Amino acid sequence: MTNILVFIDTPDGALHKSHRELLTLARSLGEPVAAVPGPVSDGLVAALGEYGTAAVVHADSADLDDVLAVRKADFLAAAMDRTQPQAVLLPNTFDGKEIAGRLSIKRRSGVVTDAIAVANDFTATKSVLAGAYTVDAQVRTGTPIITFKANSIEAETVPQATSPRTETVPVPAGAPAARITGRSEKASSGRPELSEARVVVAGGRGVNGDFSAVEDLADALGGAVGASRAATDAGWIEHSAQVGQTGQTVSPQLYISAGISGAIQQKAGMQTSKVIVAVNKDPDSPVFEIADFGIVGDLFKVLPQAAAEIRKRKS
Amino acid sequence: MQDPALNIVVLVKHVPDAQFDRHLSDDDYTLERDESILSELDEYALEAALQLSEARGGPKAGNVVTALTMGPAAAVNAVKKSLQIGATQGLHVCDDALSGSDAAGTSLALAAAIRTLGNVDLVLTGMASTDGETSLVPAQLAERLGLAQITFASELAVAGNTVTARRESDSHSATLEAPLPALVSVTDQINEPRYPNFKGILAAKKKSITQLSLADLGLDAAEVGAAGAWTSVVEAKPRPARAQGTIITDEGDAGIRLADFLAGQKLL
Ligand SMILES: Cc1cc2nc3c(=O)[nH]c(=O)nc-3n(C[C@H](O)[C@H](O)[C@H](O)COP(=O)(O)OP(=O)(O)OC[C@H]3O[C@@H](n4cnc5c(N)ncnc54)[C@H](O)[C@@H]3O)c2cc1C
Ligand SMILES: Nc1ncnc2c1ncn2[C@@H]1O[C@H](COP(=O)(O)O)[C@@H](O)[C@H]1O
Repeated sequence: MTNILVFIDTPDGALHKSHRELLTLARSLGEPVAAVPGPVSDGLVAALGEYGTAAVVHADSADLDDVLAVRKADFLAAAMDRTQPQAVLLPNTFDGKEIAGRLSIKRRSGVVTDAIAVANDFTATKSVLAGAYTVDAQVRTGTPIITFKANSIEAETVPQATSPRTETVPVPAGAPAARITGRSEKASSGRPELSEARVVVAGGRGVNGDFSAVEDLADALGGAVGASRAATDAGWIEHSAQVGQTGQTVSPQLYISAGISGAIQQKAGMQTSKVIVAVNKDPDSPVFEIADFGIVGDLFKVLPQAAAEIRKRKS
Repeated sequence: MQDPALNIVVLVKHVPDAQFDRHLSDDDYTLERDESILSELDEYALEAALQLSEARGGPKAGNVVTALTMGPAAAVNAVKKSLQIGATQGLHVCDDALSGSDAAGTSLALAAAIRTLGNVDLVLTGMASTDGETSLVPAQLAERLGLAQITFASELAVAGNTVTARRESDSHSATLEAPLPALVSVTDQINEPRYPNFKGILAAKKKSITQLSLADLGLDAAEVGAAGAWTSVVEAKPRPARAQGTIITDEGDAGIRLADFLAGQKLL
């Protein structure tokens, strides 16, 4: 049997989109075995069954919740020993990468991060050098550990839900760890999540402190709002809206860039978008090199006119 | 009373400048490394180290900021630049056998180099290298050294034996705490890195840089480099260039034409 160990870290007990995607990927590679670093509810086990999970191994206490990576990596190492998987899958998040890095040393196993596809022989495909190359990478030592990017696969339930068996694995007392001492939720904008949105409208230094035209066009298209670092550094919009090398990587159906010059660090986060539209008043802006449709013009004129026209056509 | 002095190591990587086109070689898919610089994302870690040191009276009060790199001969330039910016001393791990190392080999060599420095309080790194972009080295290094770790810190403070930090994610903001010694990776939100000034450039000439080979570190060549790598790239393709798009100049109706374009692409 080919066990694929899938790290499912869900403090609120719900199965989120990225978890469902990981389980769907795992099913294409073998039998998904969920590794949950805490107690599991019947509801979670049932939800895991809808995605074809064969078995659930979990920690017996909720203590791991406010500890960072180390202890979760300890748990995952114990889960690996118990289930002898052919591969381990984690989400490509801050925590996912950190746990993967720790686990790799604990179990002498190679890691590939940022995977967007995984073949049957566990060859992982990823994009490197700010999107300039696509590479296939393989793990040569130990059990392949792969961190998989969200939105790279369509999550699908199985026709006949499974009833996964559950078992606990004890977590050995571990090394010194960082703890979470406080946590505050961010206010939600009511717009789609930037990383998952079909449409992103992004503004840069050219919006000159006023994101309303960008937001209005995003709303007309049902999209999310993004920004360049110049705009987030200026404090015109939240840092979490930043797209690029040190912000989010997005790959929507449509990316509209307004008042953004198109520096390499910005392109790193958006150049795999399906369709790119750029609005910039400087015809020599590098952003036009990657635009499918470019408009040399003033964003304060073009965006409102486009938003009004789109609303008219949609009604 | 002033806080006790800190012994800090900052990891600085020498990477190809992203302002120029970067290429993977056709035969072994390794990165061509001309036009390299100190990784911009490591400047934030260096600045964080210097601020912690200065708050405790700087080098005069016994604070040490060691800039550590692993890489070919030219990588010493990342250390030199760090010394010009203000690091106290440099360490360069350099050996032909290290060529082609992945994160596992890199973290092995860096861990051995850090052990030569005695009691280190804090290891600071960038959030990712601008060439490898895996963010794995910090986690692997922390694991090898048995250190508590905080990654992607956007704020950082040290008081007594505790390091506190803030970390932002899409949905929430968290405050974190770890006992020293610890490893912290920092983001580009943490500070505004300084530039080297004339005084710093002169002072750097007098600072020491220690070079360490694998033998100095007691490591076996088979554990590192391409031969010892735990992962390998089996195929690399340049991303196909995007087809040249349509560029128009606004003549008062560009918003309408944009709507036409989106309708044509079935995006409305
Ligand atoms: C280590 C590092 C990491 C970085 N990470 C990121 C990152 O993740 N994301 C990111 O975006 N950047 C990042 N940057 C910054 C990046 O290099 C650029 O500085 C930044 O993207 C520029 O933002 P901008 O295009 O909004 O501003 P600018 O380059 O100043 O461009 C503004 C554009 O607006 C146009 N404009 C002005 N007014 C109007 C108007 N009325 N109508 C239409 N157009 C107008 C101008 O012609 C110009 O092209 C990073 C930099 C470094 C060093
Ligand atoms: N060869 C190296 N020499 C020094 N520091 C490195 C090296 N490789 C990685 N690092 C450090 O680890 C961080 C993350 O790198 P990476 O894991 O490659 O994304 C970088 O920002 C550096 O601080």
